Amino acid sequence: MATALGAMTHTQEDTGLWSWLTTVDHKRIGAVYTVAGFLFFLLGGFEAVMVRTQLAVPNGTVLDADRYNQFFTMHALTMIFLGVMPMGAGFFNYFIPLHVGARDVAFPRLNALSLWIFLSGGILLNSSFFLGGAPNGGWFGYAPLSSIEYAKSSGMTFYVVGLLVLGLSSLMASLNFAVTIINMRAPGMSMMRLPVFIWMVLVVAFLLILSLPVLTVGLLQLYFDRVWGTSFFSPSTGGDPILWQHIFWIFGHPEVYVLILPSMGIVSEVLPVMSKKPLFGYSAIVFAGAAIGVLGFGVWAHHMFTTGLGPVPQVVFSASTMAIGVPTGIKIFNWLGTMYGGNIRFVTATYFSVGFIALFTIGGISGVMHASPPVDGHHQDSYFVVAHIHYVLFGGAIMGIFSGFYYWFPKMSGRLLDEALGKLNFWTMFVGMNLTFFPMHFLGLAGMPRRIYTYDAGMGWDTWNMVATIGSYILAIGVLVFVVNVIKTMRKEPDAGNDPWGGATLEWAIPSPPPAHNFDVVPEVRDRDPLWYNRDHGIAPTPVPEHNHIHMPPPSYFPLIVALGVLLIAVGALSTLAIVGLGAVVSVYGIWGWALEPTD
Amino acid sequence: MGGSRPGSMIAIIGSLALVGVVSFLLWMGFADSGDFAGHPMTTWVPKSDNASLVHGVYQLIFILAGAVFVGIMALTLIFSLLYRERPGGEARQFHGNSRLEVVWTLIPVLIVVAMAVPTFSTMSVTSKPAPDNALKVVAIGHQWWWEFQYPELGITTANELYLPVNRPVSVALQSSDVIHSFWVPQLSGKIDNVPGHENHLWFTPTEARAEPYLGQCAEFCGLSHANMRFRVFVASTGDFEAWAKSAAGDRTAPTADLAKAGEQQFVASGCVACHTVKGQAGAAGKIGPDLSHFAARTTLASGTLDRTPANIRKWLSNPQAVKPGVLMPNLNLSPEALDKLVAYLDGLK
Ligand code: HEC
Ligand SMILES: [Cu+2]
Repeated sequence: MATALGAMTHTQEDTGLWSWLTTVDHKRIGAVYTVAGFLFFLLGGFEAVMVRTQLAVPNGTVLDADRYNQFFTMHALTMIFLGVMPMGAGFFNYFIPLHVGARDVAFPRLNALSLWIFLSGGILLNSSFFLGGAPNGGWFGYAPLSSIEYAKSSGMTFYVVGLLVLGLSSLMASLNFAVTIINMRAPGMSMMRLPVFIWMVLVVAFLLILSLPVLTVGLLQLYFDRVWGTSFFSPSTGGDPILWQHIFWIFGHPEVYVLILPSMGIVSEVLPVMSKKPLFGYSAIVFAGAAIGVLGFGVWAHHMFTTGLGPVPQVVFSASTMAIGVPTGIKIFNWLGTMYGGNIRFVTATYFSVGFIALFTIGGISGVMHASPPVDGHHQDSYFVVAHIHYVLFGGAIMGIFSGFYYWFPKMSGRLLDEALGKLNFWTMFVGMNLTFFPMHFLGLAGMPRRIYTYDAGMGWDTWNMVATIGSYILAIGVLVFVVNVIKTMRKEPDAGNDPWGGATLEWAIPSPPPAHNFDVVPEVRDRDPLWYNRDHGIAPTPVPEHNHIHMPPPSYFPLIVALGVLLIAVGALSTLAIVGLGAVVSVYGIWGWALEPTD
Repeated sequence: MGGSRPGSMIAIIGSLALVGVVSFLLWMGFADSGDFAGHPMTTWVPKSDNASLVHGVYQLIFILAGAVFVGIMALTLIFSLLYRERPGGEARQFHGNSRLEVVWTLIPVLIVVAMAVPTFSTMSVTSKPAPDNALKVVAIGHQWWWEFQYPELGITTANELYLPVNRPVSVALQSSDVIHSFWVPQLSGKIDNVPGHENHLWFTPTEARAEPYLGQCAEFCGLSHANMRFRVFVASTGDFEAWAKSAAGDRTAPTADLAKAGEQQFVASGCVACHTVKGQAGAAGKIGPDLSHFAARTTLASGTLDRTPANIRKWLSNPQAVKPGVLMPNLNLSPEALDKLVAYLDGLK
């Protein structure tokens, strides 16, 4: 039925559930990633609002200590692994092939498998709420608090298994993206003509490929400790809790760049288009991004300045952390350089990108501040760090993603999001975000530790906590305005046309939404800003040959079967070995069928 | 800059004014939160030699951060206003400028060097071993309270640390279970209590005062992490010595009948399995805080309650209700048993 051979008007009509479950189309997979990621983002936001409500006044009684610990742990896990990364992956999936001029990713079925495994992992992790309690030991799962001795509920086992499953998904997706970017570029699309967004994705893919295996090993060790009584991390039986911290942060720090680099890429796409001039310092931005990626592996111990590393490692990691401020600064200056001399069209996407520059800068500055170990002695585990990470991850990553939503929604849906609602969306989020997170700097300066479910009056923390809580409500309203905007927009007729912004990259030359095969004719790339080059040089699009047979990969249900097998293995790891066995059989069956499946 | 654009001077001056006002307000916010009055855990008012050294670096870094903040915010705002789309406006087409790239690579380099030099020179002092004459203290983190030992003085106490002014103190940090972090902002930056791995920090308190220096566990350590608070009292040498003499000795034996009955109840209810009371035969438990001089403390349950008779009673009737997860069981004590125990405990000077 849906064997996608031939004409330009196929598969788009296939809308049944089965067509979605078996799809290997990168755009559909990207769309599901984005929607699922956004729903998880709402869930994580709900958890955050509950946490803020508990802290609004001293000795709050909204959440008890245990529930609070579950909520702040799940807030972080949800936002990082189920919200921001998947929304990023949604954009990667959708736009890598469009940006490099390909018809799909390198391994379409593997792409589907990543998606289904991600969804399994997300649901599994959240099911813990109903199965004896969610993880409650922080997203960093520090030993020995994460051991069975101190975390008796199954929450932290869900944490281990959930992250293993999600890591598998990210690893496969990263390999797929890297291969696609390196191997599937259209003629003329040299590496130094790649859109900056794609460069940042490439860096992210390598960060994940190199760092996830480390986390995987650590999680397996933690699993062994918890379930089979080994003692990798338990000091009472000769293990080393600091070892876990090293393993975790060798993954965890690059992970921060995994979250922020895609948004840096988005901003680097939006600003030049809206300023109507080329990106300032393309190579500087690309090399700075790559430098951040490389240096990002050499700074992990700055999360551990207070663990008693000793002065020499402190100096080394302090210096490397300060050094990473340099490429970050270069990027900020180059974005400003891009705005300089422009004729900037201030649509909502621009607002979010400019907001990104301002807010991310604040997070960057505070980050460099606690690169100094003596200063970090104050900041570490205080609300100052909570402010810092949220300026980076909300002010940075999320503002960038919202810029991407407004910029690319017309391409993905054929409809322009409402600009009036968009501005309202931006301003409520901007005001809410600053009201929520800026006061946390003050709280940190006043000595408020983080991860406390309660505090006494008389510490001087009341006012700013109240302000932060009100801010979080405004922020939540801002996010809801976006939801309203999407619903409203989806009800109107398509109005975007191919190219509402005067874009420079390949996706703007094709219809919105793009046909299943993306390009009728694989484009030829002559410049870093291919569409602008063609426009300025009067180059007409290549005519479509009359008999245009395009070979697209057929849909497949085997990714779904393999994902089901993986889910069963994970469920078994949480319950009994027999289910692991069943899962293994299902996976092997799925892989077998996958290998023998005809590809046309 | 942007001279061809109408209204550019207004845009620039307006932006600078706005950024100036916002920065001033934020500075007021920081200044207020840094004030000791009303913010007893402030990180901005150092009261030890090492904390003061660190404070110098902290101030410098704050100023640098503020300068970068003002600069970038102003540029972002100015460019947004100056180069916003106008009818007939043209974007200037250029790809970059190598000289500018070099300049703005150097700016962050200079800033981080300006941070690094004082940072490292401060560390060269604070990471030295403690001076030889330092008072030795062991701070042991327990879920969710602090044990303080003075090995040279034969003192063990809980949740309240006494220190003499102007004498260095060397704190050995240990943990009996999970990772905790010892933090008294006015006296020192935090260092973790890692099980199986002793850490050290030292400082010389420089101001004796009646109000306590407040501290709190800073590393997430489970259910009652928020209730793992402690106090440091910095006293004159004379006062410290008087305190130490009393703290090293036995408890004050009970004299009133009710308190004497409480002493027996303390055995009968099994309190002795977990608590030490020096001078009471058989009371040598190590799981909970040493109660030999419990009545000399100002708070109870690690800073969760003020140590009043009513609160002792509240605590004993159901520790869980006061402090979630606490490792002291609810012993279902009868009202009479409570009367006796409170009378006894309240006399342990
Ligand atoms: C199983 C061990 C155990 C038993 C039995 C026990 N306690 Fe405790 N007790 C503890 C622990 C642990 C703490 C520390 C609680 C905290 O602050 O987190 C504590 C704290 C206290 C405190 C507060 C000390 C301080 O300085 O803050 C008092 C008072 C106390 N217990 C009295 C008693 C009395 C009286 C009994 C007998 C009726 C008793 N305890 C029985 C373990 C025990
Ligand atoms: Cu603790």
